[in-house]
This record gives sequence, C-alpha cells and structure tokens, in this order.
Amino acid sequence: MTSLAEAPPAAIEALARRHRFRPSEALPWLVALLCFFAFPDYLALGTQVLISILFALSLDLILGYGGIVTLGQAAFFGVGAYTAGILAVHGWTEPLSGLVAAGAVAAVLGVVTGLILLRTEGLTLLMLTLVVAEMIREGANKASQWTGGADGLQGISISPIFGLFRFDLFRRTSYLYALAALFLAWLLVRAIVHSPFGRSLTGIRENVARMRAIGSPVLIRLVTAYGIAAALSGVAGALLTQTEQFVSLEVLSFARSGAVVIMLILGGAGRLYGAFVGVPLYMLAQDQLAEQFPIYWSTGIGLLLIAVSLGARGGVLDLWDAAARRWRRRA
Amino acid sequence: MNAALDSAVSIAFHGLAFAMVLYLVSVGLSITMGLMGFVNLAHGAFAALGGYVAITLMNEAQVPFPLALLVATLAGGALGVLLERTLYSRLYGSTELNQVLFTIGLIFVATAVARWLWGPLSQPLRPPSYLQGEFDLWFRSFPAYRSFLIVAGAVLVTLLWLGLERTRFGAQVRAAVDNRRMAQSVGINTSRLFTLTFALGSGLAALGGAVGADILALDPDYPLEHLVYFLIVVAVGGLGSIKGPFIAALALGTADIGFKYLLPQFGAFFIYAMTLAVLLWRPHGLFGRAR
Repeated sequence: MTSLAEAPPAAIEALARRHRFRPSEALPWLVALLCFFAFPDYLALGTQVLISILFALSLDLILGYGGIVTLGQAAFFGVGAYTAGILAVHGWTEPLSGLVAAGAVAAVLGVVTGLILLRTEGLTLLMLTLVVAEMIREGANKASQWTGGADGLQGISISPIFGLFRFDLFRRTSYLYALAALFLAWLLVRAIVHSPFGRSLTGIRENVARMRAIGSPVLIRLVTAYGIAAALSGVAGALLTQTEQFVSLEVLSFARSGAVVIMLILGGAGRLYGAFVGVPLYMLAQDQLAEQFPIYWSTGIGLLLIAVSLGARGGVLDLWDAAARRWRRRA
Repeated sequence: MNAALDSAVSIAFHGLAFAMVLYLVSVGLSITMGLMGFVNLAHGAFAALGGYVAITLMNEAQVPFPLALLVATLAGGALGVLLERTLYSRLYGSTELNQVLFTIGLIFVATAVARWLWGPLSQPLRPPSYLQGEFDLWFRSFPAYRSFLIVAGAVLVTLLWLGLERTRFGAQVRAAVDNRRMAQSVGINTSRLFTLTFALGSGLAALGGAVGADILALDPDYPLEHLVYFLIVVAVGGLGSIKGPFIAALALGTADIGFKYLLPQFGAFFIYAMTLAVLLWRPHGLFGRAR
C-alpha cells in the first residue's frame, strides 16, 4: 500500500487544486446570460429552469453527496413557496427578506424532520420522506384560510427588488433575479462540498460504518446537510412564488419530488453540475415534446430516462466523461 | 347503537374488499423488492395493464368475466417475463438511483401508451350480471361484487401462502430472500427464480388491477396515482414477506375507508401519520428483518 507521501506529485497537486475555480466552470453562467439576450421570448420558461436548477442543486447536496435518497424534497420547496406567498398576501411584499424567511422556515422544518427521519436508511427513509411530504400537502390542503387550499393562494403582489427593479411582464427581472439567487447558492454549495464537512458527507455516503469508526458524528452531519438543502429548496420555492405571484398545491406534490430526483440523476448526481445539465435537458425536452405531441409527450421523456439509466449509469455527465477519456487516450 | 354497529360493519366490509385489491397488487412488489432489492416503482403499470386487458375483452369482445381475468393475469405475467429478461435484469447490480430513473421512465411510457390506446378517461368495470346487485346475509345485505372480491381474495391469499410454504419453488424463493449467495451456492438457479417470481408478481398485480378496477379507478395515471399506497403496503409489511403486506393491506384498507367515512375533512392525513408511526417504531416494517 502506498501512502499519500509516496503518491506521484501530480496526484497530490490535483488534490490540492480540486477546489480552485476552473475556466470551464464559467460556462453555465455564460450560457445563462447568452440565453437572456438571445431568447427574450422564452424568459418565463428560462426562469422556471433556473429555479428548478436551484431546487435540484439543493437535492444534490443531500442525495448526490450525502447519499440520502429522498422522494419528499417538494415538502421544503412547497413550504418555502407558501411562506413567501403568505407573507406577501399579508403585506410583507419585500422580496429579498421574503426569500430569507422562506429559507429559514424550510430549514427549521428540515432540521426537525431530519432529526427524526435520518436515523433510518434505504426504502424506509425513502418512504418516510415521501410520507412527511404527503402529510404537509394534506395539511396545506386543509388549512385553506391560510393557503387557499385547492384553489391556490391568490392576490400576491411583490415590491420591486431594492425598490428599483419591478417584476415586469417580459420576465426580465424574474430571470436575472433567479439567476443571481442560483449563482449565490452555487457558490455556497460549491464551498460546502469542497470543505471538510462536504468530504465527510461523501464518506458517509460511501461507508457509514467506517465514518462511525473514525468518530464522525454521522447523524449531526446528515441533519446539518439536510437542513441546508431544505433552506435552499425553500428559497427555490419562494422564487417561484415571487416570480409567478401565485402558489398552488402542486408545489408540494409527489410529482414535483419525483421530477427533481430524475432531473438530477439524468444529469449526474454528486457532481455539482448534474443539476445544470439534467434540469435544462429534461425541461426543454418536455416543453418541446409537449408542444409537438400534446398527448404522447411523456413517451419521449420516458424513453430518454430508460436510455440514460441503461446506457449511462452516472447520468449524461458520465457519458461526457467517458467520451473525454476516450478522446484523451487516442490523442 | 345500531347505527354505529352498522357503520362499523360497513367500514370493515369495504375495507376488507379494498385490502384484498391492495394486497394482490402489492405482494409481487414486496417479493421482488425483497428478492432482488430492486426498487420497482413501475409495478403499478402491470396492474393497470391487467385492468385494461380485462375491461377491453369484456366490453368489446363480450368475453366472459372469469376468462377475461385469466387472460389479464397471463398478459401481466408475460409482459413481466419480457421486461425482466430484456430490461430489468440489466439493472440488478445497479444503483438505487438508476433503478428509480429507469422505473419512472417506464411509468411515463406506460402512461402515454395507455392514453394512446384507451384515452384519458377512466374505464368502468362492469361486473357480470351474477355479481351485480346485493347479496343477502341473514342480518343485512352486502354488495355482491365486493363480497366476491373478499372471497376470491381470501382464496388467492391462501393458495399463495400454501404455494410459498409447501412447494419446492416456494422454498427456493424463501431461501433466496434470506440469503441469495447461499441459495446460489447450493445450486438454486436464482436468475431463473427471479424471472419466475417477477412473472408471478406481475401476473398477480394484473389480476388485482383487473378485479379492483372499481375500487382503484383505472385511468392512464394509475401507476403513479396509486404508487404511494402500494409502497406503503410494502414498506409497512416488510420486504420479502408474504404475511407482512397482508396485515399492512388490511390495516391500510380499513383505516383508509374508515377515516374517509368518519373524518372526511382530514383526507388521507391519518394514513400517512400511521405509516410514519409504524416505520419509526419498526424501520424494517412489521414483518421485515434488518439486512
């Protein structure tokens, strides 16, 4: 067995450089800005894509890095969405503090449920996350004096950002607002996954027993990550509320929990950029297919998912890696 | 007092019928998940297929009810074998996430195919005339079709138990659930066993979907709409168990009917609360074992 000190210097160098920014990491942001200027008619869809990327990125922290398989992440998205909506309806129309409040409420919910749920694993954990999300949805449905129930929460108005930028009809403000929020969240998640805390999460995913053996506080680490991810999901939900100025029960649905999981796996979980690939791919494919084949579009999406699950076990980014490796070997 | 007794009997009766359908559909999922560790979220698609085949045969071709059920069961089993051999078996060693991606993809395809072939509306099941109307027991009358569901379900459950407890095939399945490597070492052909079990589970699901079409409404979104209930039955019952899902289906069926009857304003809230409580108390389900 070779120790790290005997490892080739190049490998040590690579480890030391891992957290530094690479030029290619600017690509998603350049593409996003380019889309803003190139497709002014599609900014409504673009805003939704950005919000979903943020949602999927928050999931990546716990599912991709922490290995927590959840089918109930919409609980936090929905709670954030309703928090922002209820605040706005009752006169608190300032958007940034609305985002913070939504993130805080979702984080509290995440920590409380995480402390209970994260003691389990596998199918049990998957079912518990699903069941908690369904309970919250039923609760929101019944608390109609607060949430509007099945009719949705209407009459939301949001003040201009910093008192300067109004949410316009063309969604220019919405798009840039969501983009800015996503950028900040990405910086945060990126810092987390490269920190010792983030590395220990990966350790827990790979081998819980070893992490326990070396004295890592597994439950606390998982609950912390779960709370952070919940906060980011809540912010994503609040962004949707503020840009759409409407909240429906759909934000808490099982379909939304499932969709975010498959979008992330489609791109590649546990790689930070899976969300940036999977979400646009899924949502644009869905948008185009739904337009062309309003009834049968789900066949196309379904075949895409089946093909990726059989052909690229680590999502689309995995295919990219394999292609890059082959090219390098030939060169 | 009589009214209370009457509603209690009514809840127990309808709950029992619902439980039979839930069990028929879910038991295959429990065995395949216990046996192969495969997260098959698309299991409900086999139930939907059974329902569609039976109803189409009865409504379009006037095929008698029992024959339609038989064909539906065989169709479910046949599709099970086909998909298991061509697709599912490729993903046995794969990650949970990949299996989730694959089976949700299957649900999407199944939903679109159902919408294409049978349209978006739910398909009504018309039971044959001898199962319509009421069935008189000495103290009150019961709907005949639901009574049939309970009796037929009880017979099938008994057959299934006997089959898995008393036959060679059943012993092999139990051995493989307990310890797959050991089962392989003593010469059990586990790959063939997986295919057979998968076919059995899909066939039973198809039968459940067919006879239960008047309880679990049959529309294109069936596989996703009822997935949560199937998963609850499996998780609460315990993976790989035959008895567990039955107890879980009984509890879920009667509780669901009971709460909807007595406290309709709370919807399914209590069902989820009960599931949460059971899984926190016994994380591997009522009859599951830690592995």
